[in-house]
Amino acid sequence: MANLTLLQALNDGMKTAMRQDDSVVLFGEDVGLRGGVFLTTEGIQQEFGSERCFDTPLSEDGIVGAAIGMAMNGLRPIAEIQFQDFIFPGFDQIVSEAAKLRYRSGSQYTCPLVIRTPYGGGIRGGLYHSQSGEAYFCHTAGLKVVIPSTPHDAKGLLIASIEDPDPVLFLEPKALYRSVKGEVPEGHYTVDLTTIREVRPGKDVTVFCYGAMVPIAAKAAEQAAEKGIEVNVLDLRTLLPLDEDGVLEYAKRTGRVVVVHEAPRFCGFGGEISAIIAENAIEYMEAPIARVTGFDTPFPNTLEHHYLPDDRRVLDAIEHVHAF
Amino acid sequence: MTNAAISPRILDAEGKLCGADPELDKGLLRELFVHMMRVRCVDQRMLKLQRAGRVGFVGSMLGLEAAMIGSAAALEGRDWMWSGLREGGAALMRGLPLSEYIAQMYCNSNDTAKGRQMCNHLQHAASHYPSWSSVIGTQITHGVGAALAAKRRGLDEVHAVYFGDGATSSNGFHSGLNFAAVWKVRCVFLCVDNGWAISVPSKAQTAAPYVDKGKAYGMLAHEVDGNDVLATYQATKSLVERARAESEPALLVLKTYRMLGHSSSDDPSLYRDQAEVDEWAARDPIKRYAGYLTGLGVLGAGEQEEIEAKLLEEIDDEIRTQEAADPMALKTLVEDVYAEVPRHLRRQYNAFIEVAERHGEARPGDGAFPL
Repeated sequence: MANLTLLQALNDGMKTAMRQDDSVVLFGEDVGLRGGVFLTTEGIQQEFGSERCFDTPLSEDGIVGAAIGMAMNGLRPIAEIQFQDFIFPGFDQIVSEAAKLRYRSGSQYTCPLVIRTPYGGGIRGGLYHSQSGEAYFCHTAGLKVVIPSTPHDAKGLLIASIEDPDPVLFLEPKALYRSVKGEVPEGHYTVDLTTIREVRPGKDVTVFCYGAMVPIAAKAAEQAAEKGIEVNVLDLRTLLPLDEDGVLEYAKRTGRVVVVHEAPRFCGFGGEISAIIAENAIEYMEAPIARVTGFDTPFPNTLEHHYLPDDRRVLDAIEHVHAF
Repeated sequence: MTNAAISPRILDAEGKLCGADPELDKGLLRELFVHMMRVRCVDQRMLKLQRAGRVGFVGSMLGLEAAMIGSAAALEGRDWMWSGLREGGAALMRGLPLSEYIAQMYCNSNDTAKGRQMCNHLQHAASHYPSWSSVIGTQITHGVGAALAAKRRGLDEVHAVYFGDGATSSNGFHSGLNFAAVWKVRCVFLCVDNGWAISVPSKAQTAAPYVDKGKAYGMLAHEVDGNDVLATYQATKSLVERARAESEPALLVLKTYRMLGHSSSDDPSLYRDQAEVDEWAARDPIKRYAGYLTGLGVLGAGEQEEIEAKLLEEIDDEIRTQEAADPMALKTLVEDVYAEVPRHLRRQYNAFIEVAERHGEARPGDGAFPL
C-alpha cells in the first residue's frame, strides 16, 4: 500500500498496465517528455520509451481516429485528450466509429481503447477548461463511461478499463487530482465496471453522485448527521452501462433521493437516475427526487464556486427531501 | 521500382500503349480484366435488384473498375484495404465471397455484419477489409492508426486507405495525412477522384489540386489516369513497395469518373451535363483495356462476352440463394453493442419480446435473455 493522490494513482495505473501488457500504448498532446499538462503521465515516456508513450499532432479527431485504428490492429491504446472541453473534434470518431464498430461489424472488428480526459470545474478554468460532458457520451450505446473519485478506484477502474474489450471514456475529476489522497495497493488489481460504491451508509436519505461531487456529498452527509439525518452516499463510478439494479435497491431503502452532478441539469445524468427510479420504484418514494446540479448556462469563470454544487446546496436538498 | 516508374497514363483511349510498357505477365493481364468485368457485372445486377425493390441502396461502381482493381491488385494479401462507398468490387478480388457480398446487399442472416448496415457497406475481416461507415473520411485516421500498430508490432503490412474527392475536405483527411507523414507509417492514400461528391463538383470542393494536398503534408503525391488499369496498377505498386521498404506514406490521386448518380436514390441529370458523361463514356476503362488485350492476343474474339455470361450466371445463382435466406434473429437487436449483453439491454429486449410474442412476430430462438 502507498498513500497516493488521485493523479499519482492514475499514473501508477498506467505504468502497471504497461508493464503487464506490451500492447498498451499511451499518446496525446504533451503526454511524452512533458508528462502531460497536469503531469498525469509523468515519467512514463522515460520508463517505456517514445515507442509506447508519445506526443501527437494537435488534433483530437486524429488522436481518437488513430486510436481506433490501433485498437483494430492489435494494440491497447490509451488516448489522452488534454481537457474534456477539447474532445469535441473527436466526438464524431467516438460516437460514430468507436462506439459502433463492434455492432456494425457483427463483432468482426472490436475497439478496446481508453480515452482518458480531465473534466469538471474548480480550477478557475473558465468555460473551456471546466465542463462536464458525460451526458453527451452516456447517450451513446457501445461506449462505457467511467468516473473515479478516490485514488484506489482511479487505479483499479483505469486498469479495468484498459483491459476491457470495449471502448471506455475515462473521465478524470481534475478538481480531485491533488486534493484527495488515499491508500492504493501496489501492482495489478482491478475495480469492476459494473457496481456502485457505497461511500457512507445511512437509512434516511439516498444521495447519488460521482467524480468531484463525491467528497462534496460526503461533507454534506456529515453535516446532515449532526442534524440527525443519516445519509446513504453512493458513488456511481460507471455511468454507462449503469448498475440500474443497484440504483433501485439503494433508492428503495430510504425512499428519499437526491442526485448531485456539476453538469447542467437539463438532460443531465440526474434526469436518467430520476426516470429509472420513477419508472421502477415510484411506489417506494416518500418525497420528490431532488437534483443538485450546475446551471443550464455555459460554465462561468469568476462565479464558478456558485455554479458548482457545494455542501450547503446538497445539505439543503437533503433536508428538503427528508422533511417532505 | 523507383518513383520514376510512375506514368500518369500507359494506355490511350483506344487502348494503345502511350507510356512505358509495364511488361506484365499475360496471366496477370487477363486476371485484371476478369476482375474488372466482375465489378461491372455485379454492379449491373445490383442496380437491377434495386430497381426491382429487392435491395435498398446501390452506390454504383460503373466507370470505376480500373481505379479499384488496378490499385487493389497491387496490394499483398497481408495488406489492409480501408474502403469507401465504391470499393466493393475490389473486396471480391481480395477474397470476399460473392455470397457474402450479396448477403450484405440483402442484409439477411448470412450477412457477416448481421444486417445492421445499409447495403453497400461490405466487410471481410479475413482479407483485412473493414467496412466504411457512411460518415465521410472517418476511415482515413483508422488506417493511419492501424499502420502505426503494424509498425509497433513488427508486421510487414501496408495500409491502403481509399476515399473519394469529397473526403479531401473532411477532418479525417487532414488529420490522417498529417499524422501519417509525421509518424512515417506504411500508408498509401488513394483518392478516387471521380469528379463529383453527390452533386458538388471538384471546383466547388477545392481551390488546389488534390495532389498538392499530399505534398503539403510532406509526402510523395502523384496523380494518374484512374481509367487506365495499367497506369493505376503500376503507380500503386510503386508507392506500396516504397511504403513497405522505406516506411513512408504517399498519396495517389486516381482521376476517374462516376458514370451514374451518387447512389440509386440520386438523379445526376439535375446537376451535370450529358456532354460530360458522354466524354467520359468514350474513356471507358473496360473498353480501353479490352482493346489493349485484344491487340496483345490475350483476349480472343468473343471472349469478353463469354466471360460476361459466365460471371452473370454465377451472380444470378448466388442471388437466388440469398433471396431465400432468413432475416436476422430479433436478438441481434441488442447483441454486439458490448462484448456481453449488459443487464439493461437484456431487460429492454425482454420487455420487447414479450410484446412481439403476443403479436406472433417472434420466432424460435428469439426468446428472452436470462436476467
